[in-house]
Amino acid sequence: MKLMWFHLMPYTELPDDFRHKHPSVWVDIHSSLFDPKRAHLMYNDFMDELEYAAECGFDAICVNEHHSNGYGLMPSPNLIATALSRRTNNAMICVMGNSLALYNPPTRVAEEFAMIDCISGGRLIAGFPVGTPMDTCYAYGQNPSMLRERYLEAHDLVMKAWTEKETFSFDGRFNQQRYVNIWPRPVQQPHPPVWIPGGGSVETWRWCAEMDYVYCYLSYYGYKAGAATMKGFWDEMDRLGKDRNPYRAGFLQFVGVAESRSEAMERYAEAAEYFYGRCLHVDSRFASPPGYNTEATQRAGLESQIAQASKAAAEENGKDKLSGGTTGTTAGSRFNMVAREMADIVERGYVVVGSPKDVIEQLEHVAKTLNVGHFMLLLQYGNMSKELTKYNTKLFAEKVKPALSKLFPEWEDKWWPKPMAQSTRAALPAFQPGAIAAAE
Amino acid sequence: MSEPKTETVDVNGHPCRVWRKGNGPKIGFLAGFGGLPRWVPFLDRLAEKREVIVPSLPGFPGATGHTLLDTHLDWLIAVRQLLSKSGLDGADLAGSSVGASFVAEMAALWPQSVRRIAITAPFGLYDPKEPPADVWAQKADAVAGLLCLNEATYKDMKAVPSGANSVEWPIEQVRASEAAARVFWPLGNTRLHKRLPMIEAPTLILWGEQDRLMPRSYADWIKRSVQGKSEIRVVKDAGHLAELDQPDAVAKAILEWMA
Repeated sequence: MKLMWFHLMPYTELPDDFRHKHPSVWVDIHSSLFDPKRAHLMYNDFMDELEYAAECGFDAICVNEHHSNGYGLMPSPNLIATALSRRTNNAMICVMGNSLALYNPPTRVAEEFAMIDCISGGRLIAGFPVGTPMDTCYAYGQNPSMLRERYLEAHDLVMKAWTEKETFSFDGRFNQQRYVNIWPRPVQQPHPPVWIPGGGSVETWRWCAEMDYVYCYLSYYGYKAGAATMKGFWDEMDRLGKDRNPYRAGFLQFVGVAESRSEAMERYAEAAEYFYGRCLHVDSRFASPPGYNTEATQRAGLESQIAQASKAAAEENGKDKLSGGTTGTTAGSRFNMVAREMADIVERGYVVVGSPKDVIEQLEHVAKTLNVGHFMLLLQYGNMSKELTKYNTKLFAEKVKPALSKLFPEWEDKWWPKPMAQSTRAALPAFQPGAIAAAE
Repeated sequence: MSEPKTETVDVNGHPCRVWRKGNGPKIGFLAGFGGLPRWVPFLDRLAEKREVIVPSLPGFPGATGHTLLDTHLDWLIAVRQLLSKSGLDGADLAGSSVGASFVAEMAALWPQSVRRIAITAPFGLYDPKEPPADVWAQKADAVAGLLCLNEATYKDMKAVPSGANSVEWPIEQVRASEAAARVFWPLGNTRLHKRLPMIEAPTLILWGEQDRLMPRSYADWIKRSVQGKSEIRVVKDAGHLAELDQPDAVAKAILEWMA
């Protein structure tokens, strides 16, 4: 399987009383909490960490897009991905991704992703999220009633821009361009692999199957909450007659490795509690703009609520190993249910902690049960220091990754980037500040 | 309170519910934010004196088709068709909130299509010094209090009736909010102020004294802008959807204006 190292780039110095004094980490988080000179150090630490993960041998390093967000300092993941392309060589560059409806015109995404693919020598994974309500509808003012239609149209435009050889005109509902002809074009042909981060909607699963894209369930609530969603995904693949190739799927998981479980609990408690206590403090009034969820998704949610109410007693027993997660039907209801303390965070499966052996056992179980071939691992979270992040990353790379990499040997990952051969790629010179001036 | 007669008209291939009740000269009513999932006392008051005709806007309860409407022009044409097919050409027209915005637009753009109009706290205007509240960024339990002074009035109107489909009913209510968002997201500003000077029809401007959504100063802005005769009436003990809080007073004011 593929082990991918994901960074959210959280602001690491939100005050201790943040959750009590401030209404939300997202959308209207106050500017006085942001110190640009501290952020200078944070960004550089975070990029060091991503580069370190690539050096440690992770299969890919991943970045994503958020707006007006205290736990995600990447309004433009493309800027970071480009810088990483120049400081890494073997790791794939996963941009997870660009919220298509936010770009005007959307051909901007086709251009920037083609640039990253060229600069990196064909190492790009192109993620196309719809984007959260907080990012798209509130921070960026997009109309929730049109967001998905705009997203799908933008997708069609980007794909055509990548693959059409001649200059063409595009006459869409929301986008009209007389001359579409992007320069540069992507190295990977016909286009970089497309991965779709999504919630648990049947429409998204069907669309991924139809388009042959990777479906990624990026939840902060870990494997227990994710089990039902991934089961739904695979059931739908069965119905559509698709194989169970685990590389059709990606899954996000927080992890903390140490010499022992008790040491891991101790080392990672502060960072995990910072993330779930402060970073996931989102005002529920920004979670459910009308129209963001399709009516089919609302219907499924309402029906499952009714079903859940009738089997509530059974669930309370928690006998099923994978039950007991945080599985609200809307972002708002999930935010209200978040566990904030370490014991509970671990119990609910948000963060997998333990010795390398413990972590291998748990993640192997998760990978097999959820049948996912791409793990997107958060080994930095909350206010975790660079030192601890590196410790976690190195220990995972040396002691955990080798065992997990062996999983799913019978399947081919058809959705992995196909970079240029090493021998044809540009040499990356070592960074030597001041060297030229000194030589002169 | 007896039930109205219900029929359906077609707009862009989608059904839109039209209620009718009463006798006398026709008066149309376009509902406010959230639409009308059920008949309300205010409409009965109008029906005591007039034939009241209540077409449901696309996406509001009883109607679909909002997802076909991408631009404000699409909406204006759809509403014009809806009113015409409901038999309201040349009739008196009242509206509240979202519906009031369309009443003002109809009067501005198709002056011959209306006689007198009454608008209660219309959407469509935006003053950066005094912006409307964001009705789409509220905690779930705060919406009723933003729309009505007596929140129970709004909650009761939206509550699932016994025997109704407990899945489809709530979806219909979200759809109404979505339909309004489709027109007015994110600020509520459709630049209605540019068209207000085109309104020649006598215009009654109604405002709930305790409207927490739409600033009262907008009533003056409208009065200053319209060409025709106009008057502002502030409705005591009423919020944004004044016709729900004070059905008798609002119906009386409208009937007097239209007389």
